[in-house]
Amino acid sequence: METFIIIISGILYTIAVYLILNKNFLRIILGVTLFSHATHLMLMAINGLKKGNAPLLSENGDIYTDPIPQALILTSIVISFALTALLLVLGYRTYIELGTDNMKKLKGESHE
Amino acid sequence: MSNIVIYPILIPLLMAMVLVFFRENIKLQQWLTGISVLVVIAISAFTVYHVSEQGIVVLELGGWSAPYGIVLVGDMLAVLLVTVASFVTLMCLLFGFNSFEMGHKRHFVYPMILVLLSGVNGSFLTGDLFNLFVFFEVMLIASYVLIVLGGKKIQLRESIKYVLINVISSTLFVIATGYLYSVTGTLNMAHLSERVAMAGQDGLLTAISFLFLTVFGLKSGLLLFFWLPGSYSAPPAPIAALFAALLTKVGVYTVIRVFTLIFYHDKEFTHTAMMWMAAITMILGALGAVSQWEIKKILSYNVIVSVGFILFGVSIATDQSLSGSLFYLIHDMLSKALIFITGGAIISIFGTDKLKEFSGLILFRPLLGWLFFIGVLALAGVPPLGGFVGKVMILKGAVSAGELIVSIIGLLTSLLVLYSVMKIFIHSFWGETLMSEGQEYSTGTNALLPGTILVICIAGMGIGAEWIMTFISQATEVMVNPSIYIEAVLQQISP
Repeated sequence: METFIIIISGILYTIAVYLILNKNFLRIILGVTLFSHATHLMLMAINGLKKGNAPLLSENGDIYTDPIPQALILTSIVISFALTALLLVLGYRTYIELGTDNMKKLKGESHE
Repeated sequence: MSNIVIYPILIPLLMAMVLVFFRENIKLQQWLTGISVLVVIAISAFTVYHVSEQGIVVLELGGWSAPYGIVLVGDMLAVLLVTVASFVTLMCLLFGFNSFEMGHKRHFVYPMILVLLSGVNGSFLTGDLFNLFVFFEVMLIASYVLIVLGGKKIQLRESIKYVLINVISSTLFVIATGYLYSVTGTLNMAHLSERVAMAGQDGLLTAISFLFLTVFGLKSGLLLFFWLPGSYSAPPAPIAALFAALLTKVGVYTVIRVFTLIFYHDKEFTHTAMMWMAAITMILGALGAVSQWEIKKILSYNVIVSVGFILFGVSIATDQSLSGSLFYLIHDMLSKALIFITGGAIISIFGTDKLKEFSGLILFRPLLGWLFFIGVLALAGVPPLGGFVGKVMILKGAVSAGELIVSIIGLLTSLLVLYSVMKIFIHSFWGETLMSEGQEYSTGTNALLPGTILVICIAGMGIGAEWIMTFISQATEVMVNPSIYIEAVLQQISP
């Protein structure tokens, strides 16, 4: 199962890198989002998906699943959610002010 | 007593929340911001004293003991940098109080600066790798807001690149942390150091360390600095000064921390790579600085050069070069703040960024001219000032370790740095004046107070180097000998 998830996250990384290398700003934002999702999947997979019981005191059992990767993923999801929102607003404002969503045209001019 | 290390994080964060409620009352906001940063400086200066007397302060958050819970670790390196960072923030605020536009003041510039300070202090103090990521994000999100605040075209354009590059590098940080966790099974830095030492740093761990080096290189401007000159020249001068003095230095601090505490076993490979990265950074940064004709761009390229120089000292990793790096790091925070503040004042006087349109300022702003001149000398490392001591120590360490080529590169780039900033000085202060009557007395005076204080500190660092070295050698001791750090953090469990 872990191998399967890792392959999935690899495919997601590929798509994310392809999108990030685009010129269109919206596609870059989508690429960044996919990039962080692929990371979350990979974090889950490389530390083992489910090794045993839930790590609660009331649960009986010898083996517990490690809760730390989940905690990391949760934190990272919250942050990437906030950043995606910020990026979307930023991209929209840039489009309104500068009239373009093409990264090539955002290089700046010498007379500024 | 160990609670003392949380105040530099907590006070600015809480004060930022309070300030949001006083949006219209700008006088009150300024007073509260100034006072809270002053309190942080006082507390962190006391912490420096406390650490120098009693050793490392460890705070286990929530009462969870060390490898399981998150810890804050106040060792000498961290608390020294916290003190200097808070002090530099106060100087930038003193400059900003009178030079921010009304729009900035009304749209939460002070709360955001406080959040930035909180994130910076948190990154210095934390002893947990994932917590470091979180504090990085606190700092970066505040910086995203600060860089785009005002919404000018250039700001929007540059902040898109800045945000994108930082989001991607933060994701790489999470990936690297995840890898390291799956290999070692811990996130506590002291515990990581112990586990990596026990397992021996094999190829896998070295690969992970390179991922970390990439991430921190992106954040600090080591080799991967292509985003830096553009984004540091977009925001207004006080914010640019704050960024130049603090943000890249946090990246430098994390490189120092991770590569002296955790990944120090394969120096042949990692540290040599870091040294050549630093060498290329210095060369490219210096060439960039020489080739530019806009003040902000020149100064931004100078930030890159000094990052290269500091990390050159770190990559040698001897007692002497690490002390030199730390000394130069502290000096660089002060002198970058000084040069950006005075440079910002020059820009505000002329109303333009173009060097070729400047002339003859020394008649009307003699004090500003001298402050800028001393800043220039400090950047180049001319003897009575603080930079000299740091540079000498780094170069001595490097030469005694046999790294002659990179040492010569370091010396030559210092000359280019001197030339690039001297160019600003000559163009803006010498020659015939072009100023009109109104310009002469109205602008640029708000940089004089923070500038003077910073000059006194920089000169003091040179003259009182002996006294400062007592603190720095204590910090270096922990860097050279990580077992001190490990013992302080993991005192409960014996290995």
